Amino acid sequence: MSNDAQLHQLVEQIHAARERRAPLNICGGGSKIFYGGMPRGDALHVGSLEGISSYEPTELVVTARAGTKLVELEKILVQKNQYLAFDPPQFSASATVGGMVAAGLAGPARASVGGVRDYVLGVALLNGRGELMRFGGQVIKNVAGYDVSRLAVGSMGVLGVICEVSLKVLPLPAVDATLQWEIGANEALEKMNQWRGQPLPINATSWFQGRLRLRLRGSRAAVQAASDLLRGSSVEANEGTQWWTELRDHRQAFFKVDAPSIARDQSLWRLSVPATAQLMMPSEEVLIEWAGALRWWRTSLSAETVRNYATQAGGHATLFYGGDKSFAKCTPFAPLSEASMRIHRNLKTAFDPDNLFNPGRLCADF
Amino acid sequence: MPQTEAQVAAVLVACHELGVPVVARGAGTGLSGGATPHRFGVILSLARFNRVIRVDPLNCLAVVECGVRNLSISEAAAPFGLYYAPDPSSQIACTIGGNIAENSGGVHCLKYGLTLHNVLKLRGFTASGELIEFGSEALDSPGLDLLSIVVGSEGMLAVITEVTVKLIPKPPVARCLLASFADLEAAGNAVAAVIAAGIIPAGLELMDRRMTAAVESFVHAGYDLNAAAILLCESDGTCDEVEEEIGHMGAVLKSCGATRLSVSQDEAERLRFWSGRKNAFPASGRISPDYMCMDSTIPRKRMAEMLRAIEAMELKYDLRCANVFHAGDGNLHPLILFDANDPDQLRRCELFGAEILEASVHLGGTISGEHGVGLEKLNSMCVQFSPLERQQMIAVKRAFDPKEILNPGKVIPTLHRCAEYGKMTVHRGLLPFAELPRF
Ligand SMILES: Cc1cc2nc3c(=O)[nH]c(=O)nc-3n(C[C@H](O)[C@H](O)[C@H](O)COP(=O)(O)OP(=O)(O)OC[C@H]3O[C@@H](n4cnc5c(N)ncnc54)[C@H](O)[C@@H]3O)c2cc1C
Repeated sequence: MSNDAQLHQLVEQIHAARERRAPLNICGGGSKIFYGGMPRGDALHVGSLEGISSYEPTELVVTARAGTKLVELEKILVQKNQYLAFDPPQFSASATVGGMVAAGLAGPARASVGGVRDYVLGVALLNGRGELMRFGGQVIKNVAGYDVSRLAVGSMGVLGVICEVSLKVLPLPAVDATLQWEIGANEALEKMNQWRGQPLPINATSWFQGRLRLRLRGSRAAVQAASDLLRGSSVEANEGTQWWTELRDHRQAFFKVDAPSIARDQSLWRLSVPATAQLMMPSEEVLIEWAGALRWWRTSLSAETVRNYATQAGGHATLFYGGDKSFAKCTPFAPLSEASMRIHRNLKTAFDPDNLFNPGRLCADF
Repeated sequence: MPQTEAQVAAVLVACHELGVPVVARGAGTGLSGGATPHRFGVILSLARFNRVIRVDPLNCLAVVECGVRNLSISEAAAPFGLYYAPDPSSQIACTIGGNIAENSGGVHCLKYGLTLHNVLKLRGFTASGELIEFGSEALDSPGLDLLSIVVGSEGMLAVITEVTVKLIPKPPVARCLLASFADLEAAGNAVAAVIAAGIIPAGLELMDRRMTAAVESFVHAGYDLNAAAILLCESDGTCDEVEEEIGHMGAVLKSCGATRLSVSQDEAERLRFWSGRKNAFPASGRISPDYMCMDSTIPRKRMAEMLRAIEAMELKYDLRCANVFHAGDGNLHPLILFDANDPDQLRRCELFGAEILEASVHLGGTISGEHGVGLEKLNSMCVQFSPLERQQMIAVKRAFDPKEILNPGKVIPTLHRCAEYGKMTVHRGLLPFAELPRF
């Protein structure tokens, strides 16, 4: 079936759901089904809406349909020596471009290169009335009208069905190197914080189980100079790549809360906080990324306690794996202020007046 | 002219109750009429919100009031070896609040991003006077990313009083390469070739001959007046890194037919190279009684085509046009030269401008790269967006501001206005089966 025909079918499904007032569960590759509130409603498959609609390496822009697999997209970019700099996680090979935008999650390079929204230039979206609209564009600079495309990033699909996305891509760095140190969590945080203010080609940092790792990316000269200056022990290239990929895709045992070796009442929390926040948890329970701004915490403490820690530090906590995510017990995402919630509700009505799309995945209210 | 947040809130509460329009204003340097007063409204000047609240070097951020001038942030951060990256040419005058409203860029935004990419948190008030915060000092926030839509919303979604910006380390060295080209086509191709070679220059700007001639007599930057176009190509980083990159850039430019290449040998020379570019607007003011600055973006590869189209328009409207480009981003600033005392020239100038914007949309671009829509480009919004898309934007506006008191009448034209402009049918209406959605 052609993409136009598939799009038409999606529109018909939306119209039908609207008539029956039946919610829709937008499905991409299903790699992040666990993320956010529990999916409800009839499946609306966008996975078949796939393929690259345009790619101009010299424009640094690629436009892909929502169902395009991330692995496919990466393959095409690499042929032209380019990549998605924000390192989106691929929790499974089925991860799609649309799901990447809807979840808005970026990988280890986030602190130095920016997140998903910093690279989304435009989207085509079907709203709750089944109307296809385009926002943003295919150029890097664009301030014509409100940039609704950026609002789609991290929306968990509640505003509409993302059908096509234009992304900014970057040339692959010439060199990539990993260094490591055996040090404690507090000392690692201190180092990571200090490095941030220096003109070094640091692309990613992590601390886990007594080991601080750092990825340098850039020109040969810059990476060499930084390695000389920082004096960590250098990690073999394959091993380095493996570490960062496994970290990005949560393949380490630390992220598996259902592993038999782990206490049943533990959950994995994602704490996004200012990079300089204190450690706030026992170091054997944490994995630190993003120069200190991202902390994965495996704990059996209550949601309230974990959220209090995060809020006091000036950030927020998301229940990522495990725990009971039915809204009666604990919302996966931290609650919003009343003023912000009012705008959220109004925006939901503006895009999806009949509450069709992904009920409960972003907020309990809709 | 409020001085405290409580006063801002009180003004908004009162205006909201009475249904009186409120137009926030920074330094008034906006180039699309965004801060133009409303006939029946109140101007909320935020000029007195001019304190740098704190610079936090360890967290690499600064918290400033909205009326602080763009350049003052970098000045406050300089003692820590940090700076605020977006650098609009108006940076000595424009405020960070205005930058947020327009998502302003600068000559370094290809490598370092626009305002959006360098802002962590906004604090301000909704149309009804309620305190609200968008974003945080962490790298993400729960819920929808409202901050990303408030940036670039031209004062129509909220009034911002306090801004937390990201600071980045100042690169130890920067050098600039100046390249001449015998024709515009070659210069345009050179821009694409630099990017294709895997280089992201810290700045990549293009000026045509009319522009270089105008600035040369104004600031004596040392530009090649025989060249049809010149490119300014900057590299920054560590000393070795810059050396390596300048070599690479020079080779690419030469292979694209550069007729002359010079590399800045010291900081004074680098600043001299840039002085011409940074003075492009005032220099145009000297060669013509008036000029109108356009601001559209096109895919880089269409640049030569666009320049030829502009040349044809010069003949059609019998007006001259000088061109400066943020070439790395494909963002054009054609400056149409005219005399506003002659009503017919003004009329021709406006038609000329509108045709440039239309051509930009047809080449796959957008009607505004960084100056915003404001009042000036309302009609052109009808060209770029379908009625449904504009309707959806109006719904977004109402989600933030149901009574539509914040800067009403800007950015999103009404259906009625577009109908009058006569573009209703051109956008998607000409397609067969226009009722079917399509890619
Ligand atoms: C010589 C010259 C060169 C320029 N060069 C560049 C350039 O290189 N790049 C670029 O991007 N722009 C450039 N500009 C355009 C202009 O300087 C920017 O758009 C700037 O961001 C406007 O800031 P301002 O403080 O003057 O805002 P104003 O003109 O006062 O206002 C602009 C808009 O912002 C809104 N606004 C202002 N403050 C607030 C607030 N606190 N809360 C909510 N809304 C607010 C207003 O309502 C209005 O819609 C240039 C302008 C000139 C005159």
